[in-house]
Amino acid sequence: MDATTVNLHKTHDHHEESFIRKYVFSVDHKVIGIQYGITALIFLFFGFTLMMIMRWQLAYPGEPIPFISSWFSETSMPGGIMLPEFYNSLGAMHGTIMVFLGVVPLAVGAFGNYLVPIQIGAPDMAFPKLNMASYWVYFIGGIVMLVGFFVPGGAANSGWTAYPPLSNIATTGQTVWLFGMVFLITSSLLGSVNIIVTIIQLRAEGLSFMRLPFFVWGQLVTSFLLLLAFPPLEAAGVLQLMDRLAGTSFFMPSGLVVSGQVLEVSGGGSPLLWQHLFWFLAHPEVYVLILPAMGIIAEIIANNTRKPLWGYKSIVYSAIFLGFMSFIVWAHHMYITGMGTTINSFFQTTTMIISIPSIIILTSLMISLWGGSIRFNTPMLFALAFLPMFGIGGLTGLPLGLSASDIPLHDTYYVIGHFHYIVAPGTIFALFAGIYYWYPKVTGRAMNEFLGKIHFWFSLIFINGIFFPMFIVGLAGVSRRLYDGGASYAHAQDILYLNELMSVSAWLLGLAQIPFIINFFMSMFNGKKTEANHWQATTLEWAATPSPPVPHANFIEIPKVYRGPYEYSVPGHSTDFTPQNQA
Amino acid sequence: MLEKYLPVNISTHGGEIDTLLINLHYLMLVLFVGGIIFYLIALVKFRQKEGCKANYTGIKNTKIAVALALVVAVVELVFDVMYSVPIWANVTATFPEPKDALEVRIIAQQFAWNIHYAGPDGKFGKTDPKLIDETDNPLGLDREDANAKDDVTTVNQLHVPINKPVLVYLSTKDVIHSFSLPVMRVKQDAIPGMIIPVTFQATKTGEYQIACAQLCGLGHYRMVGFFTTHTQEDFDNWMSGQVEAAKASDSEW
Amino acid sequence: MQIPYTVEQRQDTGLINSKLGIWLFLASEVMLFGALFSSYILLRVGAIEWPRGAEILSVPIAFTNTMVLITSSITMVMAWASLMMKNFGKFKLYLGLTILLGITFLCIKGFEYNTKFQHGLFPSTNTFMAIYFTLTGLHVLHVIGGLIVNIYLWGPGAKMWKTEPEHFTNRVEVSGLYWHFVDLVWIFLFPVLYLL
Ligand code: HEA
Ligand code: HEA
Ligand code: CUA
Ligand SMILES: [Cu+2]
Repeated sequence: MDATTVNLHKTHDHHEESFIRKYVFSVDHKVIGIQYGITALIFLFFGFTLMMIMRWQLAYPGEPIPFISSWFSETSMPGGIMLPEFYNSLGAMHGTIMVFLGVVPLAVGAFGNYLVPIQIGAPDMAFPKLNMASYWVYFIGGIVMLVGFFVPGGAANSGWTAYPPLSNIATTGQTVWLFGMVFLITSSLLGSVNIIVTIIQLRAEGLSFMRLPFFVWGQLVTSFLLLLAFPPLEAAGVLQLMDRLAGTSFFMPSGLVVSGQVLEVSGGGSPLLWQHLFWFLAHPEVYVLILPAMGIIAEIIANNTRKPLWGYKSIVYSAIFLGFMSFIVWAHHMYITGMGTTINSFFQTTTMIISIPSIIILTSLMISLWGGSIRFNTPMLFALAFLPMFGIGGLTGLPLGLSASDIPLHDTYYVIGHFHYIVAPGTIFALFAGIYYWYPKVTGRAMNEFLGKIHFWFSLIFINGIFFPMFIVGLAGVSRRLYDGGASYAHAQDILYLNELMSVSAWLLGLAQIPFIINFFMSMFNGKKTEANHWQATTLEWAATPSPPVPHANFIEIPKVYRGPYEYSVPGHSTDFTPQNQA
Repeated sequence: MLEKYLPVNISTHGGEIDTLLINLHYLMLVLFVGGIIFYLIALVKFRQKEGCKANYTGIKNTKIAVALALVVAVVELVFDVMYSVPIWANVTATFPEPKDALEVRIIAQQFAWNIHYAGPDGKFGKTDPKLIDETDNPLGLDREDANAKDDVTTVNQLHVPINKPVLVYLSTKDVIHSFSLPVMRVKQDAIPGMIIPVTFQATKTGEYQIACAQLCGLGHYRMVGFFTTHTQEDFDNWMSGQVEAAKASDSEW
Repeated sequence: MQIPYTVEQRQDTGLINSKLGIWLFLASEVMLFGALFSSYILLRVGAIEWPRGAEILSVPIAFTNTMVLITSSITMVMAWASLMMKNFGKFKLYLGLTILLGITFLCIKGFEYNTKFQHGLFPSTNTFMAIYFTLTGLHVLHVIGGLIVNIYLWGPGAKMWKTEPEHFTNRVEVSGLYWHFVDLVWIFLFPVLYLL
């Protein structure tokens, strides 16, 4: 004890920092991580709220919204009845906010920022000032996105995919969206450079690549994807801004006639160019949504089965392979655009190949359960639910991935079901698991298990109630992005009742978040105080520093690493865990 | 079991697609059920018990996992190479001779499907964007052109005979739309600046719908057209009625 | 506590942080310009007619500008080399020259844009002009970015030379790498837009 206090004094250079420097414009990765986390959670909740509003229109098309209609202007909801333009805005903004302002900032900005340095034994991120900049640029991007709701014509309403020419001729909100994206892309670039350099350069002594916790691997591959896939979208965004503001026609051929008027543009552009650039980003982006989640799941499963991950190496190689392959499958979103048989065959083959590493990762995680001594605490419940939920989402990717079976399914609710199974009960559950798991690390207090379990079981039931029916609706041929949920389709009449079921489930899912929100805030003050290593874990963030970590350099003394990340239940050891820094 | 949820199929090629879709779902079911059984057994059998320690190595036989991944990979590639690619080539890239088929131009716009038949002469009249008039002449058809005299145009009314290939030339006036005939298992985006051929052949008569599958603006949801399949005889009757009507309105011109 | 490997190399990777950082950043820049060049190719292949750059744009001006930028790359290397030889005065001279050459480039470019506008050539005129203005405009933004960094290193940032000379030298080197990249992009742009 004495030695630590002495050490603490040595490392802690005593200069008082102002409140602003410490909590607002902080360069400490832990503070920045928390800033990212809170902002992203608020955006996530906001994106969900947009969807809860939309789901009213889908369940009861054309009926006025009860209770909250007075919140909206007459231009979006006259008499409480949602207009189609507003529906489209809500949809586009839901997608954008969930992906770019919610999940990625939470998974990479918050979890990555907070945990990567302390998992690899680094005093901070490699470029602390850049780190601060990346948060604030993200923040500005978020504000710009929200400003969209208040410009004439409302927020962007051409889908999160923003396909031109529709987006070229859309209202001002689209311009605001593009500027917002430029900020978000810049922020991601700064963040990803930082994470990659940190992981490659600042690993503690003895921490070789094959001793990294899988979470760190997930972040590393993710950051490479962000680094290399985002710039083409930035290019696309610049071209679309030029089209909208400087009158160019990169994405518009000549001779377009909109509402009876011939468009006065020079023409010569190609609408498909945008789609190629967009999906070149957006396909790697979906692995950005899932790899950090897999990282979180791997940590929690190893810890709560009390045994090493099964097939650690193959999981790592699969993640790397996934990263590479994700750059050559993008056009599987474009089968129906008429690209021709050869190109389609190429992309469907790469798509089938990319499903293999996902299968290996998932199977390895499942096999890891075998022979364990499984603890069913809240983080583990969420982590366990992730496996079959991701399974459903991933498996339904296969019929979409084959071009012939994609014909009836493309742009129907089947696609919506496919990816929501991956991002909602998949990624969002993983993020919940991560919050429950690392909360004691960040605050020094544990969250309430009882409230956590209520949160888990109700979320699991209702989230399936939302997304499973989507497969049925999709198979029946109901297009997505329909303001009336398919009510005008003759072939959809038999399954329309499902719309109401899905909407009610969505609202109940909203209610099911209340225990979480209460738990999240109450536990900061009332939660049980914990010891440094709350879960008896092996990785450095738990084993080598108190909870919460030492404010300035994370560690009282930079740890040395002697073994792999998941040495649980090592034969011949008295405890069932052997920390990485134990000689 | 999946058939129940799909719309009826009244096309010659739809069966192939449905079979592929159904078989894929069987594969998915097998993988999922197999996985879930393993998972549940593991959860029950290896829950934390007093005095029991976890097994450091877990399953020792790595061959099982490798074999599983390989089998799935092979099955997927079989679906890809043996089924999906040939079906795709057959459905979207094998076109009938124009003379054997009914040729139709379909021009999408916000938010309607303009249908253009060549009429008895089998030749489409010239069109020109400058002549477009949203109420009277949404296609900008040049009525002066000799080939246009007997042309039939409708809005949202696609009529085709059964048992005869239909060859659609799909285009759009403004933004991207997607021409979807759920009952025919046909879907093709209409891309500005391009004319994309689409072909299908109906097997049953009836009244169905054209849906738009791509977000195209605020009226996307109501961009629903009617798709009617006739016997050849009924179709010919319908067509000659339309030609008469077109000529009549033409002389008023 | 200090962040390690800002000045000395890490043994197993043989790198300092900022060098790795700039290489990664440049990789993403390659993707950015790569995407734009690909767009250029796609649009050109799909076009019915495509004007020859040399007939619309002024090759001599662009050639001059190419020379200006290449020279500035050389002076940039000299600036860094001067620091390596601990000659701070020469460093000031060469970096100052680099900055002046960068500004010259911008002036010539501004003049060139202006004549285009005078002749009624705008981004909205046709696809060729659109891609010309977009690519060169984005490049100009990159030049401006580089200038800001260099001006900082020449002015207020140079104080660091007294306290942490090695760290400062690294900064100049990293800034130089970026400057060379901007130069390289122009060397691609010149033939693609003006000659082909
Ligand atoms: C995180 C997000 C994520 C992930 C991981 C994936 C993964 C996959 N996606 Fe998905 N996808 C999206 C997000 C994602 N997707 C989004 C957002 C869209 C729509 C975008 C839009 O249009 O707006 C989309 C759309 C989309 C399309 C376009 C559909 C269309 O518009 O017509 C296609 C087509 O190929 C596709 C395929 C795949 C495939 C083959 C995988 C594969 O990687 C999946 C591999 C996984 C498996 C094969 C699972 C293995 C399971 C088991 C082995 C069973 C185990 C059993 C138990 C656990 C019980 N996806
Ligand atoms: C990461 C991505 C993501 C996520 C997580 C979600 C989550 C959800 N989505 Fe979303 N969705 C998209 C991305 C995502 N979506 C995209 C890209 C589209 C396509 C858009 C387009 O067509 O252009 C889409 C479209 C889409 C549609 C189709 C609309 C249409 O086609 O017309 C629907 C319909 O029901 C829907 C519903 C939902 C629901 C009910 C959830 C729920 O699962 C949400 C659950 C959320 C939570 C449970 C979070 C709760 C947060 C908290 C509790 C935080 C608490 C705060 C603090 C403690 C501070 N989504
Ligand atoms: Cu036309 Cu949607
Ligand atoms: Cu994809």
